[in-house]
Amino acid sequence: MVKSAYSFSTNKEKIENHIIVVWVDNEAGALARVIGLFSGRGYNIDSLAVAEVDKKKNISRITIATSGTIQVLQQIKLQLEKLVPVHKVADFPKNKKTLLREMALLKVVSSKAKLEKAKKLCKKYKYTLLDKTEKSFVLEVSALKKEIDELVKKLQPLGLVSTSRTGVVAMTKGSEIHK
Amino acid sequence: MANLFTGAEIVFKVLEDHGVKHIFGYPGGAVLPIYDELKNHKKIKHILVRHEQGAGHAAEGYARSTGKPGVLLVTSGPGATNAVTALTDAYMDSIPLVCITGQVPTHLIGTDAFQECDTTGITRPCTKHNWLVKDVNKLSTIIYKAFEVATTGRPGPVLVDIPKDIQFKKGKYIKPKELKNSKNKINIKFNIKDNDINKVVELIKKSSKPILYTGGGVINSGPRATELLREMVSLTKFPITSTLQGLGAFPGNDPKFLGMLGMHGTYEANNAMHDCDLMINIGARFDDRITGKLDEFSPRSKKIHIDIDPSSINKNVKVDLALIGDVKLVLEKIILAIKKDDENFSNSNKNNISKWWKQIENWRKKDSLSFKNSNDIIKPQFAVQRLYELTKGQDTFITTEVGQHQMWAAQHYKFDKPNRWMTSGGLGTMGYGLPAAIGVQVANPDKLVIDIAGEASVLMTMQEMSTAVQYNLPIKIFIINNQYMGMVRQWQELLHEKNYSESYTEALPDFVKLAEAYGCVGIRANKPGELDEKIIQMLSINKPVIFDCVVDKTENCYPMIPSGKAHNQMLLGEKDEEDKISEEGKVLV
Repeated sequence: MVKSAYSFSTNKEKIENHIIVVWVDNEAGALARVIGLFSGRGYNIDSLAVAEVDKKKNISRITIATSGTIQVLQQIKLQLEKLVPVHKVADFPKNKKTLLREMALLKVVSSKAKLEKAKKLCKKYKYTLLDKTEKSFVLEVSALKKEIDELVKKLQPLGLVSTSRTGVVAMTKGSEIHK
Repeated sequence: MANLFTGAEIVFKVLEDHGVKHIFGYPGGAVLPIYDELKNHKKIKHILVRHEQGAGHAAEGYARSTGKPGVLLVTSGPGATNAVTALTDAYMDSIPLVCITGQVPTHLIGTDAFQECDTTGITRPCTKHNWLVKDVNKLSTIIYKAFEVATTGRPGPVLVDIPKDIQFKKGKYIKPKELKNSKNKINIKFNIKDNDINKVVELIKKSSKPILYTGGGVINSGPRATELLREMVSLTKFPITSTLQGLGAFPGNDPKFLGMLGMHGTYEANNAMHDCDLMINIGARFDDRITGKLDEFSPRSKKIHIDIDPSSINKNVKVDLALIGDVKLVLEKIILAIKKDDENFSNSNKNNISKWWKQIENWRKKDSLSFKNSNDIIKPQFAVQRLYELTKGQDTFITTEVGQHQMWAAQHYKFDKPNRWMTSGGLGTMGYGLPAAIGVQVANPDKLVIDIAGEASVLMTMQEMSTAVQYNLPIKIFIINNQYMGMVRQWQELLHEKNYSESYTEALPDFVKLAEAYGCVGIRANKPGELDEKIIQMLSINKPVIFDCVVDKTENCYPMIPSGKAHNQMLLGEKDEEDKISEEGKVLV
């Protein structure tokens, strides 16, 4: 038994996966505040994507894939809303109403035969060939996380040497936006 | 063209705009331009501390006793890191502080320059917000915003890091008035729905075992909130208990007050919390020292939570109804609604809860704060009681360090006004009380200020006696001296088979001589018979005093909820110990 706990965790609630989207002022340290909140309070970050989305208003959109109990997810949202540079926070459930995408760049270096095989494998996924030499190619795939996971696994024996992934980004379906 | 001012001038102009009269600080290389400017601002008095942690706690004491933000000014590097404990303390206990730090010049940031540290990085998790100022033209706006963030919503510390070149540079000073229209997310108007207020009234009417559980939020909300709380109790006749931080919001000797609750709270308060059918949490946060074992916390009650911080709701305990807003605004609405619903509520409700009060009186009979007094040796509880009896006639401000003495002070000193009790609750910072007393005395020069201290805690910031002497601050350091880190010793006795590992302090200083060395007065009491006379002597001295009250070394603080237990499983004293702490409980703190 581990000593020095304050109390035993009796939490047996279900862990859920959610996408938290945060709109922040694009200023030095804003990302660190958001990420520091997660690490400081022991929340999970499964993936992270961030970029400026409104140059005029100087706003960045941070998309965080996270997991936790309903209570923890609610805390994440409320704690984020307290940060001064944060404008709004949305909690996108991972269901049919949410569009999710992740992008990956994959470099395969191999023999001709294997390269051909690799390309065939990729046909199932929508991809763009960005670079090609006799020994290699680089392709871009935009898909769901699990699809990219799957593809990476299949390409590994065929000479996949480098993988770069963006982390998931998300948007709700339909005409509504988060206010 | 508008007048231009140096960064250092702008700092003082904004402080003056906010009516700041005192700042606590310590100079150093990266903050010298601001110190140079000090001479031109006679309205602001600087209190030179002996360590930056002391500046922080003094500013906290200042803030808690006045309701105004405390301001501290320290240099870069070690100046900033020394202030971190105080900032964290203020963050945990929701105390408004504005900390201004010097930083190495902009062009040296990131080069590991002399006395450089990543101040905004280090203090990010222990402030509500912080700023590194890179443009002197933004300085006034930033400091103005800093005050606003510190004092609105749930109060807390903020930090403004100003590189030395920015302090020298000339720039625009923008008056606060012109900033009024800036986007202000912190002052969002809290919308309490009438429907929710009606639900509160319904729950109050239905309840036959109600309790009000109040916290520091009532005091932070201001004097009006305290008045309304008293009105609420007189209207509903509900029993009321308070957290450590809430003491003073309701008179400690009123029969409706059940005493403090929690780990060292009274038997009646904790049992009432456990058995109640309606709990109204007003400005408290279900801290783990309060709730005890979470899954057995008040199992049969409907819970209402009033808090200004939305993230406090459902953080530790799920509640049935949350009212997010300033305590005074919410209480005002509730009281109005009760009166509107039934003008005669006070009488009609009496019968409803008379059985409950009988039950509470039965618990009260246990007299859980009682202790076996002695004629030969001073019992620590007796010392606090005598101090209370001899000082209750005047408006007294009490600060504490952290440990057993703190709990005894909370149990036996009865407060009847808010802002008279300054203690480190959330962070539990040993060494808080002495510098805090300095801040309280600076803010309240004619009042009696006493730090009820432990000898181990007080040694952590003892150097601040020198500050007290320099500014003629007649603070009284009342040391309950048992030569042990008493609370550590108590836990070791109860949970670690009396293995008193490193909790005894060998070679303590002679506190009387130490007082004399600092240029103040030292008094020692060894026997119960001389205690009153010595306390009266202490009170008659218009200088700082260190009072060495030599007490029973082995006294434990009771009552107590052992870790892992619920509110209704308290230890009342030594005879209770053996059978109540399970093996499981021993691994808890």
